Amino acid sequence: MYKIAVIGDRESVLSFKALGIETVAVNDAAEAKEQLHRMAEEDYAVIYLTEQMAADLKHELAIYAERVTPAIILMPGQGESLGIGLRAVKEAVERAVGADILGE
Amino acid sequence: MARLAVNPTRMELTRLKIRLRTAMRGHKLLKDKRDELMKQFLEIVRHNRALRLKVEDALIKANQSFTVASAAMSPEFLEEALLYPKQSVSLDFEYKNIMSVSVPMYEFKTSNEDPSEIFPYGFATTSGELDDAVLSLSQILPDLLQLAQVEKSVQLLSREIEKTRRRVNALEYVMIPQLEETIRYIVMKLDENERGNLSRLMKVKDMMVQEARKSNAY
Repeated sequence: MYKIAVIGDRESVLSFKALGIETVAVNDAAEAKEQLHRMAEEDYAVIYLTEQMAADLKHELAIYAERVTPAIILMPGQGESLGIGLRAVKEAVERAVGADILGE
Repeated sequence: MARLAVNPTRMELTRLKIRLRTAMRGHKLLKDKRDELMKQFLEIVRHNRALRLKVEDALIKANQSFTVASAAMSPEFLEEALLYPKQSVSLDFEYKNIMSVSVPMYEFKTSNEDPSEIFPYGFATTSGELDDAVLSLSQILPDLLQLAQVEKSVQLLSREIEKTRRRVNALEYVMIPQLEETIRYIVMKLDENERGNLSRLMKVKDMMVQEARKSNAY
């Protein structure tokens, strides 16, 4: 049985607790990185990460993108969407096709 | 295109011809793989995009109600209300093979089937906005979970497509032209040797005929 977790600032992750998803509150990107590495070694299959944290963790995300587990999925935290998650989709298309053919 | 550094011999020629045949076959197979991967990828990525827009939208809304709730309630109460969740989510997954790329297929289990039963707290001490936040979050949960699967597939597929495309291009624009060029070179060289040999023989024959005439004249 695999686990699911949410990493983000306290405000953003608290509401996920109600759904029964494991939440990990972190204060900054460095802490998030630490948690990310720890969870990747354990049997977490899906980790949701707030975009605010992900902004500084590009390198780590690139590493885990090559691996089948864990799947790290970005989602907007408190406040506006930063568009990082959507941009990652766009980049995947560019990588595969050579140009963003989906457009707006 | 530079040709390979090989000796222009018949043996080398046979070897290169076999290599060229293999390269051509590999090129065709990889090209087919690339095309099929691309087809699958585009389907999934369109789905991914739509799903992500939907999920982000809903999450932002849920977050907004949550912000209001946390403003209306003291942090201690808020934390206490959410401390012991009523439902739990766990998952199992197996691999699905898309053109030799393993992508995960998640199967989520929520311990709670009734959507109105998600509130882990009594309503007396909490604000209504918290209910909104939790409810809308639980409604988006299936989509959020599906997003994980779709997005992971997209990540894995895009990398495999990139790899395959590079291989196809390397074969098409480097390996195959190089082999063809080298084969042509060896064939030319061998033909030239053959012609050189032939003309030498003719020359020798001429000389011998002349020699014979000279000795017959007397």
